[in-house]
Amino acid sequence: MNKNLLWKLVLIVGTLIVFLFGIFGIPKAFSGQGLLSAMTDRIHLGLDLRGGTHLILQVQVNDAVKVDSDNAVEVLKEQLNKRKIAFSEVSKPDPDNNPDHIVIKGVPPSSRSDLLSIVHDRLPEYEITSGTSDNWNLAMTPPMLSDLKNRAVTQAIETIRNRIDALGVSEPTIQEHGLGQYQILVQLPSIDDPARVKDIMQSTAMLEIKQSLGGPYPSEQAALQEKGGILPPDAILLPGHNMPGVGEEGQAWYLVSRVSAVSGKDLRDAQPSRDQNGQPSVSFTLTGEGGQRFYNFTSAHVNDSLAVVLDNKVQEVANIKEPIRDRGEISGGRMSEQASKDLSMILRSGALPASVKYMEERTVGPSLGADSMRAGVRAAIIGMLAVLIFMLVYYRGAGINADVALLLNLIILLGFMGYFEAVLTLPGIAGVILTVGMGVDSNVLIFERIREELRNGKTPPSAVDQGFSHAWITIVDTHVTTIVSAAILFIFGTGPVRGFATTLTFGLLANLFTAVFVSRVIFDYLLSRKQRGEALSI
Amino acid sequence: MEFFRNPNIDFLGKKWYFLAFSLIFSVAGVFSMLFWHGIPWGVDFRGGTLVYVKFAHQPDDNAVRTAMDRAGLRNAKIQRYGQVGNNEVLIDLDVRETSEQALDRGKIQIINALETNAPAGKIDLNNASSLTIKNYLMDKDPLHVGPDDGKYTAQAQAIVNVRDKTQGGVLTSFDQLKGAVEPAVAASVQDGFFLSDFGVRNVEIVGPQVGGQLRKQAGLATLYSLAGMLVYLGFRFEWIYGVAAVVTVFHDTLITVGAFSLTRTDISLTVIAAILTLIGYSNNDTIVVFDRIRENIKLMRREKLSEIVNRSINQTLSRTILTAGLTFLTVLALYLFGGEVLHGFSLALVIGILIGTYSSIAIAAPILVAYQDWRIEKGKRPMAMPAKAK
Repeated sequence: MNKNLLWKLVLIVGTLIVFLFGIFGIPKAFSGQGLLSAMTDRIHLGLDLRGGTHLILQVQVNDAVKVDSDNAVEVLKEQLNKRKIAFSEVSKPDPDNNPDHIVIKGVPPSSRSDLLSIVHDRLPEYEITSGTSDNWNLAMTPPMLSDLKNRAVTQAIETIRNRIDALGVSEPTIQEHGLGQYQILVQLPSIDDPARVKDIMQSTAMLEIKQSLGGPYPSEQAALQEKGGILPPDAILLPGHNMPGVGEEGQAWYLVSRVSAVSGKDLRDAQPSRDQNGQPSVSFTLTGEGGQRFYNFTSAHVNDSLAVVLDNKVQEVANIKEPIRDRGEISGGRMSEQASKDLSMILRSGALPASVKYMEERTVGPSLGADSMRAGVRAAIIGMLAVLIFMLVYYRGAGINADVALLLNLIILLGFMGYFEAVLTLPGIAGVILTVGMGVDSNVLIFERIREELRNGKTPPSAVDQGFSHAWITIVDTHVTTIVSAAILFIFGTGPVRGFATTLTFGLLANLFTAVFVSRVIFDYLLSRKQRGEALSI
Repeated sequence: MEFFRNPNIDFLGKKWYFLAFSLIFSVAGVFSMLFWHGIPWGVDFRGGTLVYVKFAHQPDDNAVRTAMDRAGLRNAKIQRYGQVGNNEVLIDLDVRETSEQALDRGKIQIINALETNAPAGKIDLNNASSLTIKNYLMDKDPLHVGPDDGKYTAQAQAIVNVRDKTQGGVLTSFDQLKGAVEPAVAASVQDGFFLSDFGVRNVEIVGPQVGGQLRKQAGLATLYSLAGMLVYLGFRFEWIYGVAAVVTVFHDTLITVGAFSLTRTDISLTVIAAILTLIGYSNNDTIVVFDRIRENIKLMRREKLSEIVNRSINQTLSRTILTAGLTFLTVLALYLFGGEVLHGFSLALVIGILIGTYSSIAIAAPILVAYQDWRIEKGKRPMAMPAKAK
């Protein structure tokens, strides 16, 4: 064997070792079971094979915009009052479709520059334009608006991740879902019934402590009547949630202050505990700053009532007996042990910046996953054997060459997947099978060309040489076009489809090496041992 | 062994037969898409709720139907699924019954409707999650170990494993738990749970918005793929080669989708993946022939293009048939043994590989020749395709 060939052989064996390591790492045992577990440690199975739940959530980013513009409305009113600028109304004309749009009515022309400076100083993310008569329009600047929305998504992902981690779900995937706007993809392997996890993820967990101004009322109308048909401007009516002793759920209404004394942002910690009646509850502590605010509020309102509001539902109303600094409790009646644990965990993980809605849910039961795995692997082995046997029968000596190349192709493909921590899905297994079918194409192209050259009277070495060099161009063209298809699939698809695109791409890349380089080395080696003029088995 | 030795078939002479054949299949497919079955979008694209249920015994379609009607799910489609002995049924709610607000309402309604023998206050063990079982055990504490999370998690997991791995998804008797879990746990489970005669194997719920979004994206992905081919081939060969290849691939896609419409097989996301793969595969085939044409144009300058094309097809015929045959073998293995989940995917590949192989001979090459004939007729340079020397 000449030196050149030896080096190439070393390269091939080296590649083999590198990719075998990619598949198995260093297995603990060399039994079948040991190898299998070493392999599944490195190549992860997709949800469709191991069972689990796949969810797509839509973040209602307009919620975050609404909160921001509500705040801006408050700031405007406060500043206008403070600077004694006359105005008739500050409102949001279309809060559902244009949540960032604010209209200020009845500002006299003389106050124009004052108004502009308020917006400029206090609300730099808003743009102000003059409308008809004495009206002014405020809207968020487009970059600020999209920034706010994107931040809401990022923060939602963060919060959901905290919650899922706290639940102890193993190997979750939580990421922005590139296909739709403001969507999040959540994959939870080995969760067969996602109901509770879904509730926990979806809970916005907006905790507010407000002053209670009246109630409970049996209905909204009753509350309005009591207040003479009109609500005080800084008060809102909220429904009660599962409150004991006041009728059915949703039948109790409370009048509470619009402004909150403290909110979820001021929480330092929340833990499950028991209230004075021994019922499950959640106790929380506030941050230093929040505690100070809470102290100020409770000091000013001794003997008034406060309402603990969670997600716009009144959980509990209590009398303020003395100033409270940094501790509180949510008990609200019919809370189960599990609910108190969940709620404290949700509060610790922080509030969602906007509500989320489920768009898609797929659950694969583990029994189906196992069946799919079995069927996929069986089909792969049968298809592969059929190809290997056919190549041997059809090309005889060269068939061994092709089979070696194919097996090496498979090893490199799986090794790639191990190194890149790619996920093997059911369509991914199909991709492996397809790689075998399409990978053998390169060998067929080359072998047919060599046969043709031999028929035209070329000597074996020159036929091999011609065969490879002619087929090479074609092989590159065919591989590029297929990889283009696969790349588009990868960008467009999710989950299972992505797994397919990944295996197909890796498989074809590996094929360039095995079908062309490895195959050539084997031919060269065979030719180097033959006498001049001896026939080639092809 | 050799199947073809110097074949010499006049493929171009048969182009009218090919055209007729392709036209019949494309028109049948398009007709079915427009006027008959429409495009049978799967749940991924149309939205809706699919629940795959496995029964412990041979399911009674009428009983399932009645249960659905009682739950108010009148539009539910009920189909047998998979092999006969598997006792599986697919219940399909359309998008109108898939609520925007509570996405999984349809699923819960279906499960409740089927739990006909539910005793009050008991939980269905066949549709309980390991979390539910663990929480129940933590609450009852049959082993008197206190709140030992790990212990009961393991016991709950063992129960679920018996159900899903050993028994294939449905428990028929509490005795099946014997040996897998502690006797005290088994007894406690028997107290608080009951066994319905079915288990849910798989659930797919797609909200209406996602469906539309995916449909658009699938269309775009297919178009991008075609455009990618056009550009690459235009760059590597001449633009007419790209056009011919793209027309060919479009023909293949049309016939494949048409076949899905004719047989009313759902087009799911994985079917789209298969179709995109076919675009790549069919192109491979076309490129191999084109490469040979390009090579032969340089060698045989005197010959007519139709002669060169015919020769090229014949020279590559052996390879074309072999590769198609081998790929077809693997895909057939997938179709026959790959399981129900991959049914649509492998069907698309089976059809597509047959059509893709046929079309590179019967469609792509004649387009090249027809273009050149047209150029000659218009009195332009006769040799229209001096393919770039490589």
